[in-house]
Amino acid sequence: MLDKRLVIIIGHYGSGKSEFAVNYAVKMKENHDFVSIADLDIVNPYFRSREKREFFEEIGIKVYDSSIRNVAVDLPALPAELMGVILNPNSRSVLDVGGDPVGARVLARYSEQIKNVEYDMFFVINGRRPETSTVEGVLKYLKLIEATSKLKISGLINNTHLLKDTTVEDVEFGHELTKKVSWETDIPIRYEACIKDTALQITNKEILEKLFPINLYMREEWMS
Amino acid sequence: MSKVLMKGNEAVGAAAIKAGCKYFFGYPITPSSEIPEYMSKALPEAGGVFLQAESEVAAINMVYGAGGAGARVMTASSSPGISLKQEGITYIAGAEVPCVIVNMMRGGPGLGSIQPGQADYFQSTRGGGNGDYRTLCYAPSSIQEIVDLVILGFDKADYYRNPVLIVADGMIGQMMEAVEFKDPAPIDLPEKDWATTGTGGKRQPNVVNSLFLQAEELQAHNDRLEKKYKLIEENEVLYEAYGLEEAEVVLVAYGTTSRIVKTAMKQAEAKGIKVGIIRPITLWPFPHDVFKTIGNNAKGILTVEMSAGQMIDDVKIAVEGRLPVYFNGTQGGMVPTPASVLADIEKIAGGTK
Repeated sequence: MLDKRLVIIIGHYGSGKSEFAVNYAVKMKENHDFVSIADLDIVNPYFRSREKREFFEEIGIKVYDSSIRNVAVDLPALPAELMGVILNPNSRSVLDVGGDPVGARVLARYSEQIKNVEYDMFFVINGRRPETSTVEGVLKYLKLIEATSKLKISGLINNTHLLKDTTVEDVEFGHELTKKVSWETDIPIRYEACIKDTALQITNKEILEKLFPINLYMREEWMS
Repeated sequence: MSKVLMKGNEAVGAAAIKAGCKYFFGYPITPSSEIPEYMSKALPEAGGVFLQAESEVAAINMVYGAGGAGARVMTASSSPGISLKQEGITYIAGAEVPCVIVNMMRGGPGLGSIQPGQADYFQSTRGGGNGDYRTLCYAPSSIQEIVDLVILGFDKADYYRNPVLIVADGMIGQMMEAVEFKDPAPIDLPEKDWATTGTGGKRQPNVVNSLFLQAEELQAHNDRLEKKYKLIEENEVLYEAYGLEEAEVVLVAYGTTSRIVKTAMKQAEAKGIKVGIIRPITLWPFPHDVFKTIGNNAKGILTVEMSAGQMIDDVKIAVEGRLPVYFNGTQGGMVPTPASVLADIEKIAGGTK
């Protein structure tokens, strides 16, 4: 992976940021010894990447989350170790940030430090979310979140999906949407994320070039 | 409209607006806070009014007022917040005012936890407030179903002049799923000629009230309510059932747990055990009659709930002592696993074939 040492994942609420971040960290671990993921979600009470702590630790990825170690608490507490995660040149790190400008606000507190290191900030787009199904909708959130974070978005992730119901058509719809956003913003598309079963059926060359097949780690087997 | 991905709580708001809900009064609480958050943005855009009340008690009384004036109105909360609303709910039921109340249940008792729970079954089906009243109570198991039931709920509330509860757990509120908003089938609803809409100087004032000072009048009022509840029992039972005739073990679960149970059922069938399922979609009225269709192969019933066992009472009433009724439950925000349900199925069936 050619991405920078520090990768920040942001986007509209419910775009699949945590699922992408989790998959990204697992992928990173294939090529790097020291990988960590920091769950900075101060918005959601459920479905946060910290719930997968055991899974990460088993495969050797370090997890940093709230300083209050309890998955059933929705207090906006951040880990003190976060500064180390940002500054440590020897570890690859993924920052899984909460949705919308309200979630991105945690980044502003660290923006001065982050600006001094090599980082990528990826904006995750799900074209099947009602608020980000149009170029205007995506641009609105992109600009608001970027402004709140005080950092620069360096790549777009097409993560257009309907969970296990995702079709090739959904991914292609999201690709066209993300392309238009890329054109408007001059921010390149970095990945085209898609669940593995659907990824096998994709034929569009532009999507295949940047395809990032993902597992649904955050979904229980009984969930759709 | 094509499918979109929505969180349960957002979908509840969108469905209510689709059903013509014009007023929302509430007070945020995890895990249902996205409902007021969504309504605060979307309802004014749809020509309605969102108001964050100073408390749950205030919110439910605003619902009482708006519903009494004939408007389509909703409130939503989670377990402790719904407890606070009970006084208002019995007033609304007594005054026969239509409204929709959503409960994204969390762990209890008391403040409990913010994780999912199903321990408000008694409160929802027996009436958490005082007096002889009933509330039609829907228990969706998916985001699509909660959308459909919220829309249906508004019609049923108007039709019966009765509060309708949508009882889901925090998992349904917080979970994302693909959902489609279909145009609801139009139904004939009576004019709201009882509502306090202003006399225009042409008629006597309408009074919306639950106070009857004469014993005979209150008895007559209660008799009339009873007749209405009987009618609801006869006409509004909804459930999903599968494989009851051949089943060795029958699983009973609603909402989120019904999905876990279905996963366990498939695993049991792969091991050669015949499993049936009853999923109540209305908790009140409870689908008692479908239990009569359970065949003679059945060795037992397994009720699965995120509570210490509440629906199990209704299951026992429905089974009429024909079969033993077993229980698998979790509390505190724990969600039962398909593996634990499978283990119970195997025990009841007498081991793997």
